[in-house]
Amino acid sequence: MPLYDFWFGLIAVLWIGYFVLEGFDFGVGMLIRYLGHDDTEHRVVLNTVGPLWDGNEVWLLVAGGATFAAFPDWYATLFSGFYLPLLLILVALIVRGVGFEYRGKRDSALWRRNWDVALLVGSAIPALLWGVAFANIVRGVPIDGHKEYTGGFFNLLNPYALLGGVVTLSVFLLHGALFISLKTRGEVSRRAHLLAGRLFPLVIPLAAGFLVWTLGQRWQPWAAVSSVVAAVALLAAWYADRAGRDGWAFAASAIAIASTVITLFACLFPAVMPSSTSSAFDLTVTNAASSHYTLMVMTWVAVLGTPVVLAYQAWSIWVFRARLGIEDIPAPAIDGSGARHPADANQA
Amino acid sequence: MSAETLARWQFAVTTIYHYLFVPLTIGLSMLVAGMQTAWYRTNDPRWKSLTKFFGKLFLINFAMGVVTGIVQEFQFGMNWSSYSRFVGDVFGAPLAMEGILAFFLESTFLGLWIFGWDRLPKKVHLACIWIAAIGTNLSAFFILAANSWMQHPVGYVLDPITGRARLTSIWAVLTNSTALVTIPHTLAAAFVMAGVFVLSISAWHLRKPNAGDLFRPTLKLGALTVLVAGLLTAVTGDLQARIMTEQQPMKMAAAEALYNTSAPASFSLLTIGSLDGSAEQWSLRVPHVLSFMATGDSNGKVEGINQLQKRYEASYGPGDYRPNIPLAYWTFRLMIGFGLVAAAGAAIALWLTRKGRQPSSALFWRIASWSLALPILANSTAWLFTEMGRQPWTVFGLLKTTESASPTVGPGMVATSFVTLTLLYGVLAVVEIRILLSAIGKGAAPPVIDLTDSGVAEPAFAY
Repeated sequence: MPLYDFWFGLIAVLWIGYFVLEGFDFGVGMLIRYLGHDDTEHRVVLNTVGPLWDGNEVWLLVAGGATFAAFPDWYATLFSGFYLPLLLILVALIVRGVGFEYRGKRDSALWRRNWDVALLVGSAIPALLWGVAFANIVRGVPIDGHKEYTGGFFNLLNPYALLGGVVTLSVFLLHGALFISLKTRGEVSRRAHLLAGRLFPLVIPLAAGFLVWTLGQRWQPWAAVSSVVAAVALLAAWYADRAGRDGWAFAASAIAIASTVITLFACLFPAVMPSSTSSAFDLTVTNAASSHYTLMVMTWVAVLGTPVVLAYQAWSIWVFRARLGIEDIPAPAIDGSGARHPADANQA
Repeated sequence: MSAETLARWQFAVTTIYHYLFVPLTIGLSMLVAGMQTAWYRTNDPRWKSLTKFFGKLFLINFAMGVVTGIVQEFQFGMNWSSYSRFVGDVFGAPLAMEGILAFFLESTFLGLWIFGWDRLPKKVHLACIWIAAIGTNLSAFFILAANSWMQHPVGYVLDPITGRARLTSIWAVLTNSTALVTIPHTLAAAFVMAGVFVLSISAWHLRKPNAGDLFRPTLKLGALTVLVAGLLTAVTGDLQARIMTEQQPMKMAAAEALYNTSAPASFSLLTIGSLDGSAEQWSLRVPHVLSFMATGDSNGKVEGINQLQKRYEASYGPGDYRPNIPLAYWTFRLMIGFGLVAAAGAAIALWLTRKGRQPSSALFWRIASWSLALPILANSTAWLFTEMGRQPWTVFGLLKTTESASPTVGPGMVATSFVTLTLLYGVLAVVEIRILLSAIGKGAAPPVIDLTDSGVAEPAFAY
């Protein structure tokens, strides 16, 4: 397999990692107020992703960096072309990242409410816009012979792409609900379970419609296979959720997300950004790629580095595997340490 | 304003802002790891209190470093797509390595450290902060290797077909002579920042006569860090000046406002130039010093701006190859000045607090608390100097800034992004300072001897 094909696959893997992992923390960010009915419950929801969200977000940074290194033209055309959506995503990611860290740092209901809104909006915007962006990539956008994007902002707002956005938004919401259902105890878990049950009948037709439309636009046999896997995984997730098997339900929704990303990338290949102006102007794995030497260097780094990353991220998830309940939340997290010091108990 | 000018402003604002948090992350992670090691070794509960206190401040700061870092990676593609196409083959590699080898490490292990107090054995928990600190320093290594390539491109050829830079040796890029002096210089300066941070906050807590002595060890730790790191910054800065004279002579000449080639060259204490910075009108100089700084020989020849301009025209074609000279001149001096004052202040603080002494002068404590401004200013002026001094180039000798911007992104779009990010950063600065001040004000939890020392049930930093 030529190295540029390998790197196309690896970038797909990085986006799979990003959407499967950050997907659930987008969902969690949107569900804090909906699933938690008082401050302690809000914090139960928030703390399910406390140790994980930052590591999840690194998958995006690495996907960006790897695209820059392996396919500079893809990186340059995509980032300069999808300028305003990416700016919105940046602002949202900044606001929600700060929200996670700062929400508990002042003892004020208004302060926490504002950050919860920030977390909700900051999670919903990227959850929606990543779908819009990827659908547009697959659909093709105006690109000229100099590999430059020639469309505007409104080119990106077509029905297919908007459906893509709604699908990612709703799938991540579901993925987050399944995650919370798996990671919490008591009322919060029950509500998350209930919400997931209501979301399935909505998400499944939306996702199926999007996959069919995707295949209709760019038919690829392998993409058809992965679409079927995605659809079956979603149904399996529904079944497992109804059977009260939280772990299996979450795993199946992760597989559904991964298979959807595989479908999108399979439809693209060998293009990385098809041009709607002329297929002669498509950015492809060959004309957008770095030199063989650079790809070779990066292959070594990825082959040696990625398994180690997967191992310690898996270990981290394992360390924090316990379900959280309201009794796990240390009382007032006001000063940000969150830790109730033995001395405080004495003073109280 | 043109899209390129706006994009440059955005890069300057977002980079300097990002770099308010980065050096603290680099240095403070190690210092907090050191404090926790002291607790682990001695079981002295004061070190635990201090670890948690400075750990909390570290995390407030780390969050800002992370979120502003995403902008840094995205804006190369958004605003500088021509640059990205030109350098991607070379520049993308260290960036991707930074992600795979460093970012994952620091974020995952920091998450384990923050939330793992009650989940991990003490020793493993301690290892987590060290691994996160190493990841942070590793990320500095890769990003500075990438920046050094822009200052002094090595390990590449210009591809005859695409006209772009193509990587021929990653080893050459990672061991670039510029990188080898820049990395220790920047890391040392980051430790100066972290040292002053610990020093100034300890001083703020010690300022009251009845303050107790919890923060005395960190006052000393901060001051010692500043002294040692300050010395290293000076030594590596000196090496860097010589390499810069060799590789980017125009930057050195601009830093000194040396208009005409001189041997020996004198060091300008103060130069007043014409308003447009194109000529010298009056200056106060110390003989031989610049020759020594730039070449290591007190009579060495240092090239002047006017001669270099002619030489560059001969090599690179017609054009103006002078950076903004007053800006280069002043940022260079302010960087050195702020750094020296910080180191001197640390030495004075160590002397005045020797052997348990507690200075009674309110002025001493006030100055010590406000000294935090010094390394911030030194780091910011240093990056302004490094990046502005390289102009008109983005990649020295290969690609000009005017050829680097995104051709399809108009001034309206860049202005939107610039204004949005600047406003957002402004609001976040207010929020961050409020939280930081309140956390500093609350102080450390009183040290308590842990009777149930079984390595379990240590409450975590939950959100």
